[in-house]
Amino acid sequence: MYQILRKRALNSTVTLMEVQAPHIAKKAKAGQFIIFRVDEQGERVPLTIADYDREKGTVTIIFQIVGASTKLLNTLEEGDSILDFVGPLGVATHIDPDAKRVCVIGGGVGNAIAYPQAKALHNAGIAVDMIAGFRNKDIVILEDEMRAVTDNLYMMTDDGSYGEKGVVTKKLQELIDAGNQYDEVIAIGPVIMMKFVAETTRPYGIKTLVSLNPIMVDGTGMCGGCRVKVGGETKFACVDGPDFDGHQVDFDELMKRNTFYKEREAQDREHVCRLTGGKRNG
Amino acid sequence: MANMALKKVPMPEQDPNVRNRNFEEVAQGYTEEMAVEEATRCLNCKNKPCVSGCPVNVHIPEFIAKVAARDFAGAYAEIALTNSLPAICGRVCPQENQCEGKCVRGIKGEPVGIGRLERFVADWQMANGTSKVEKPASNGHKVAVVGAGPAGLTCAGDLAKMGYEVTVFEAFHAAGGVLIYGIPEFRLPKDIVAKEVGTLKEMGVKIETDMVIGKVDSVDELFEQGYEAVFIGSGAGLPSFMHIEGEDLLGVYSANEYLTRINLMKAYRDGYDTPIAKSKAVAVVGGGNVAMDAARCAKRMGAETVYIVYRRSMDELPARAEEVHHAKEEGIIFKLLNNPVKILGDENGRVCAIECIEMELGEPDASGRRRPLPKEGSNFTLDVDTVIMAIGTSPNPLIRSTTTGLEANKHGCLVADEKGATTKEGVFAGGDAVTGAATVILAMGAGKTAAQSIDEYIKSKQ
Repeated sequence: MYQILRKRALNSTVTLMEVQAPHIAKKAKAGQFIIFRVDEQGERVPLTIADYDREKGTVTIIFQIVGASTKLLNTLEEGDSILDFVGPLGVATHIDPDAKRVCVIGGGVGNAIAYPQAKALHNAGIAVDMIAGFRNKDIVILEDEMRAVTDNLYMMTDDGSYGEKGVVTKKLQELIDAGNQYDEVIAIGPVIMMKFVAETTRPYGIKTLVSLNPIMVDGTGMCGGCRVKVGGETKFACVDGPDFDGHQVDFDELMKRNTFYKEREAQDREHVCRLTGGKRNG
Repeated sequence: MANMALKKVPMPEQDPNVRNRNFEEVAQGYTEEMAVEEATRCLNCKNKPCVSGCPVNVHIPEFIAKVAARDFAGAYAEIALTNSLPAICGRVCPQENQCEGKCVRGIKGEPVGIGRLERFVADWQMANGTSKVEKPASNGHKVAVVGAGPAGLTCAGDLAKMGYEVTVFEAFHAAGGVLIYGIPEFRLPKDIVAKEVGTLKEMGVKIETDMVIGKVDSVDELFEQGYEAVFIGSGAGLPSFMHIEGEDLLGVYSANEYLTRINLMKAYRDGYDTPIAKSKAVAVVGGGNVAMDAARCAKRMGAETVYIVYRRSMDELPARAEEVHHAKEEGIIFKLLNNPVKILGDENGRVCAIECIEMELGEPDASGRRRPLPKEGSNFTLDVDTVIMAIGTSPNPLIRSTTTGLEANKHGCLVADEKGATTKEGVFAGGDAVTGAATVILAMGAGKTAAQSIDEYIKSKQ
């Protein structure tokens, strides 16, 4: 059992949890992920590690309440425990020590994962420009944290209710047009956003890293459910990734794969147990 | 005088058309009377050919004699001398190739139902046994076991009996390995696995789940923590695909994923969140036990039509005879001497058919089996919405890639000698991690051998 030491609602649909897991905290690196299972009947769900504290022995996760499992996870409070918490899984993000300037792009809850990347780069002495995109002002998260680890932070909202109006690729194009030289672009967010970031950088040949979060079960290479096509080859996101070269990923196929169980999820969402108010065992 | 009936006492089974809609156990087990009657068929041969066919050397004639004498507790004690997981072996061993394959009664008629009797005795013990498991006195030495499957659990059990303090590290959230994620409930009830694991715990074996060795602590770090030897029984978990067109379509599963969703994650039970495809027509590619399990699960999950597509003929089918027999009874359609060439998808990227080619058998290949060759122009399609690839698995690279000095062969299998010693001092390995995908009982045999070797190794260092 893994105890939740801290829980904070970052906005109405995004929650941060700091979880006691010393053996994972000891080994975790930016870019790796964990798999959680809330209770005996729960699914195994992957979440990228948002932060870790080796001394306290804690791992921080930030998740959007989108499906049955994240909804259930969000019913837990400080002091409660998560039944299973496995990791650190996947390959850590490789930081190029020779890089001078990197542009980190986050979309929505993806900013929670883009933030530790920016922090790791910043700590390695690399200049970081960050473009943080959100649907609107109400769902902006981690702005102070992101500002602290970036040289320039560009806040974008789809409706212009905060920062600049527009999508992240608009800002990226402006920055490239203005003559900024990036050794690398790291994009983490909705698949469609990562796809368009990769398309934006492709003509300039800027190395572009994306972090994928497909459907998976075990997280150790056993099921093959997380297969993604990268450069025409089939890769397992759990062990070969989750980071991949954005110019090589078949995003369209990934988007299809991620919708495979949508019907079932929709049914689950409609059915909220009235006896327990969503909590499985009351 | 022995009972000279030519056939085994029949095993009570659920009716095929009832059981192919539920996950309850197919074979329901002998009653005491049936067991005693079957036990009297044993000739109690002096040279015990059956024992030579058993990878863990169960004292077969001895335990059967006790069954015949209605001393069921004594029969269990006899089996438990060499086998830590009898309720499991009695259900999943390929007895026809092992003990029963060597039985003298099998020369004329059917061999003694050794597997059925072993199962009866183990089940009787679980239901009626009163003897408490004794926790052996500790000898103060610590051993780590990586992987809580049949190899690791057997190794842990044998070491614990010798007094070692054993900790088993398991990547999944529950112990059992293929016994819980792969083999379905209707063939091996998970309560039985849990009880066998419980017995090991009572003997003092510690089991730490959610621990992916190589990602949390490495094997080298386990030594730093005071473990004097490490046994690697991490299995062959990496699914193979055919690398044919259409394998990335929606509705193509590895058998590992399909079975794990159903067995470990309980997609078949109400109240569990695990999603799985609602299939109408399924093609399972492969002819081993895993293929049979996947096909029979698909049927139970509501598929109307389930095919086994296998490139060789019935004679080469590697699955256990009983599984093939049960699958046929349950309405699984065998498309033998057929090989998939392409999976076809609809406009949404979902599987709608599988294209196969007919095969014929040529000269024997390296495996000694006749090589299947495609018949040009014989392509045809089967309309299916789900394809399950059950064509084999290979060992997971996680351990070997994070452990210094551990060698593997070109198939990724750990190199180990006949005693289970790897190329790294103090590290032993066995089961599918060494052999590639094989059987539960061979893994158990390897775990047993390695336990002996670990004992000798640790004693030699004192």
